[in-house]
Parts: sequence; structure tokens; C-alpha cells
Amino acid sequence: MPEQFLFAIEVTLNGLMAGVLYALVALGFVLIFKASGIFNYAQGVMALFAALTLVGIMDGQVPFSHLINAIFGTEIHHFGWHVPALLAIILTACVMVLFAWLVQRYIFRHLVNQEPIILFMATIGLAYFLEGVGDLMWGSDIKKLDVGLPQGINEWIDETTFNAFGYGFFIDNLDISATIVAIVLVAALIMFSQYTKQGRALRAVADDHQAALSVGISLNFIWVLVWSIAGFVALVAGIMWGAKSGVQFSLSLIALKALPVLMLGGFTSIPGAIVGGLIIGVGEKLFEFLVGPMIGGATENWFAYVLALIFLVFRPQGLFGEKIIERV
Amino acid sequence: MFYREAGDFKTSYPEDSQTFPIKFDRYRYYVVLAVAFLIIPFIINDYWANAVFVPFLIYAIAAIGLNILTGYCGQVSLGTGGFMAVGAYSVYKLMTAFPEVSMLIHVPLAGLITAGVVTLFGLPSLRIKGFYLAVATLAAQFFLVWLFNKVPWFYNYSASGQISSPERDVFGIIVTGPNTEAWAKYMICLVFVTLAALIARNLTRGSIGRKWMAIRDMDIAAEIIGVNPMMAKLSAFAVSGFFVGIAGALFFSVYLGAAEVGESFGIDKSFLVLFMVIIGGLGSIFGSFAGAAFMVLLPVFLKNVFVGMLGWPTDLAAHLQFIVAGGLIIVFLILEPHGLAQLWRLAKEKLRLWPFPH
Repeated sequence: MPEQFLFAIEVTLNGLMAGVLYALVALGFVLIFKASGIFNYAQGVMALFAALTLVGIMDGQVPFSHLINAIFGTEIHHFGWHVPALLAIILTACVMVLFAWLVQRYIFRHLVNQEPIILFMATIGLAYFLEGVGDLMWGSDIKKLDVGLPQGINEWIDETTFNAFGYGFFIDNLDISATIVAIVLVAALIMFSQYTKQGRALRAVADDHQAALSVGISLNFIWVLVWSIAGFVALVAGIMWGAKSGVQFSLSLIALKALPVLMLGGFTSIPGAIVGGLIIGVGEKLFEFLVGPMIGGATENWFAYVLALIFLVFRPQGLFGEKIIERV
Repeated sequence: MFYREAGDFKTSYPEDSQTFPIKFDRYRYYVVLAVAFLIIPFIINDYWANAVFVPFLIYAIAAIGLNILTGYCGQVSLGTGGFMAVGAYSVYKLMTAFPEVSMLIHVPLAGLITAGVVTLFGLPSLRIKGFYLAVATLAAQFFLVWLFNKVPWFYNYSASGQISSPERDVFGIIVTGPNTEAWAKYMICLVFVTLAALIARNLTRGSIGRKWMAIRDMDIAAEIIGVNPMMAKLSAFAVSGFFVGIAGALFFSVYLGAAEVGESFGIDKSFLVLFMVIIGGLGSIFGSFAGAAFMVLLPVFLKNVFVGMLGWPTDLAAHLQFIVAGGLIIVFLILEPHGLAQLWRLAKEKLRLWPFPH
């Protein structure tokens, strides 16, 4: 087989893996948008905040140490213990639930029935706020996140493909585990929304707020629940991206990566988020590989958006979005 | 007491439909203009010009532009940063290509070029609506920034990839470059702001503005009563692009002096201008000014408090600034989702009845 073709396959596979990660972030968006009509720009910052908190707990950092030192002139930084990864993940999940409750109680309860653009702006404000809090709590330096996921090239795939085609594919173990985690997560979410009482209530709210209210579903509870789930999804996304490229500010920019995925898949569809993620992941990697060198490279920033834009012109509600019916 | 319609008789249609129908408002407007044109230029210094007045005036133009698109026509745009970059790079190309032409011609020309580009990116709005459109305008943002980074022609093949504004004048007075006096910077921005506000105000209350508002309120209904949605939407994009382009041109040439596209015109700019429009009030020219003033003054104020008064380290102050700015935006949206302009309207209603509220 020609070398170029094998490269393209390798790029495609890597694109699929990246797409899974995009889908993971997009999933958090879709959940909140479906249940409450809020377009949550803060999803990326939530991932950053979750990852920062996880690292902070694992390393036993003192929260707000910088601020405390500045005010009281003390020199404290660490508690001096290390928390095992699993326990730290559970603790961080608790923090995200608390965060969900706070957001619901103090922000969005006051904004019920506002226009979507106002809600959107509020989430941008929330993103700024959370970013500041995260930096203030745990410091803004780049941190390493290691929760014990395998890293580096997968030898088995490398060898097998080398024997079969004479060219070993480079596939990162981390990407493989991210894919597995994402699949498990999506399966769990589907199970949750199909087979549990709360899951059914959640779908009812997504369908029709007033009808859900009238059969006795507490909207407040459902919104806290959905923000908690989104927080948990953000935590998973934060772990994966953090393990890949370190926990730092740029982590919050993955929200911008997830937006074209959402457009492509439709804002209201969970399968759409996944398929959209895969298409965007493969599309941008292939475009960068095939066309990028001709026009100066670094096309990954905008290609996803342009792809989604062209796509939308033909199908304005996205791949799996609900058909938009307008009445006067 | 003094803020009354009573006794202020209108005897002709132009009088009845003027921008400030109440006498007190009209005089206040003249006083503001007089202070802005006749007093501030003589007492302004470099700090006030660079930290407060020039950015305020420039952002006010950008906010007016975005307000026309988002507030009047209902098309949410997140590409303002990229569109400002178009204005900046076109004025740069014009300034270097025709050095002897006055800035008073270059800047509106840059606005026109931007209007063309923005109209092009506005085309999808005919198919895509709401948040889908908002995200679609991000395509413009990222694509334009990438384009200005990658094509050397735009920055005249300079080694650093930056653009820096050469010295240009208006009627013999230098307005760009490092040797500009504070008052000259202020005056050129003020002239453009005044013109922009006048044009915007008169467009939005004319037939074209009513078409935009009809589209915003419900586009299908507007189409049925005879508004051409294509013309209305694209004209909103074009007019908005014109103002945003002027803002970008002034931002680069007068305020920054040297710019690198990703840093000066990144997505942060888009959000900043959108914040101004929301906090000021959607669909209000006054709101654009109020929002711009708020968002320009807030960081200056916070920095003075945290670093100047409390003496905390600057990185800590920067984090706190994020928290306070984000928190204030949320509080603001909760307390008054219609922005500062609504507060202003309420105040005027109160004033009309004062001191006998019954």
C-alpha cells in the first residue's frame, strides 16, 4: 500500500480519538441545553476547574494559599499529604455537585424565563468568575495531572500494523483509554436516562417544562442534577485533557473546540454530539494533513467552524437536531 | 420640576419626531457635546487619554456597531474581534499605500471594506438562526485571525508579523504614531464617535431601523408584512460592519499604535464588546455608550483598588479582577437584564413625576 495512504489512515484514527474528546466536552453542553435551554459557555472552564481541583486535592495543596499568604503574611502552601487518585476524583465530584447547586441556587433560579441571550451572557460571566476562582484557589502555574492512566505509544498496535503493512501506526495509549472511558460514560448516561426515575424525569423536563411541572417533577432538583452531571462530564474531560497536555489555562479553550461539534450534531442531540465530535476530529486532522501544508498550516483553529458552517447552510438544525418549526 | 413635557408645544412634524423631544434632554445633550468638544481637549493628559477616554470612545463605536446587529436586528455575533481586525488591517494597508491621504478618508474607507467582509460573513444568517448563527460567526473570528497571521501581504512582510501605525495627520495635526498628543488622539476619536452615534440614531429610527426591529421581533411575521429579510439582515450586517471596522481602524492606528492580530483582536474582544452591548442595553444607542464606559472603567477601577490601595501582588489582583468582573456581570444580569439603558429610562420616568409623584 502506498505510504501516503497509510499516513492518512493513521491521521484518521488519531482524528477519531481526538473527536471522542471533543464529543466528551460537547456532551456536557447538550445535557444542560436540553434540560434548561441554557447554552453553557462555562463548560470548558468547568473542565479546567475540575482538573485544577483534582490536582490540588491529590497534592494536598492549601486552597487560596496565595491569597492567605498575601493578607496575613504567612507562608503556607501544602498540607503535606497525598490523596490517592480514586478518592480525589470522588472528592472533586462532590465539589462539582456543590458547584452545581450554588450555580442553580444563586444564579439561574433568578434568571428563569429570561431570554436565551441573557442566560448565555450569564454563563460567560460565570466562566470568568470560575476561572478567577480556580486560579485564586490553586494558583495559575501549569500542573501535571497523573491519575495512573497508561501513556505513550501503544506497542501492540505498532507491532501488529508494522507486520501487516510494513508501517507501524502511532497511537497513544492515553487516547485509547479516553475512548474507552468516553464509551463507558455515554453508555452510563444512556442507561441513566432510560432506566432510572430521575433519568426519566430529566427527559420529561427536556421535552416540556410545564408538562413536567404539572406531573410533579421538581424543576429545581432536575436542574441541579443536570448541572451536576455536566460537572461530572467536565471532570472526566478535564482528566483526559489534563493528562494529555497538563492542567493549564488553555484547557478552558476546549469549549471553543466543542462548539462546532455542537453545531454539526445539533444542540439537542446526544448521539449528535458524538457523531459530530468524530466528524470534526477526523475532518480537521485530515484537512491539516492534506491541505494544511499548502496554505500555511495551523488550520485546526478554524476548519471545524467552517466545516460546521457549510454543513449548517444545508441543514440548519444540525445533523440530529430537532426540526425547527416556526409559527407566527 | 424642570423635567417636563408640559408647556413644550410642538407645532410641526420635525419638531415632534426629534431625537430629544423634551427640552431638558436637548440642553443636556448640547452641554455634553460642549464639554466633550470644548473643555476636555484642553485639560486631558496622556494617562486619562490612554487609560480612559480613547478606549471608551473607540469601544463605544464598536458597541454601537454590534448593537445595530444584535440589539436592533437580533442577529447575535461573536465575530466582532475578527471584524475589528479587518478594519485595522485595511486601514494599515491604506495608510502605507497612500501616505499623503488624510486619516479622515482612510478610516471610513476601512469601515467600508469591513462592511463588505462582514456582509459576506452575514450571508449564512439567511439560513441559520439563533445560537447556531452565533457559533457560525465564530468561524469568521477564527478564520480572519488565522488569515491575518498567515498571509504576509497583510502585514507588509514585516519580520515580526506585527503591524505598526506610521505617522499620519489630519489637517497638519499628527493623529497616529508615537508622537501624537493626547488631545489629538481624543479629538479624532470623538469626531468619529459623534458621527457614528448620529448616523446610528437616525438609521435606527427611520424605515430601515424599523425593518431591523421587525426582523428581530419575529422574522417570519416581518416577511409576511412585506419586509425583505435578505435586505434587512444584510444591511444590518453591513452597517454594523462599517462601525465595527471604524472602531477597529481607530483601535489599531490611534490607540494601540502596534498590533498583533491574535492578541489584540482575539475572541476576548468579541466577548468584551458583546458584554458592553448587553450591560448597556440591547437596542439602545445610549446603552452602547454606558456599556462601553462601564467595561472600560471597571478594570481601571479594580486595578487602582487592589494594587494601588491594598497593595496586593499584581497576579493576585488580576485573578480577583476576573472574579469581580464575572460576578458583577452576573449580578447585573439578574438585577437588570435590560441593561443600564433601562435604568436610565426608569430614572427619567421618576424624574418626570418628581417631586409630586401622584
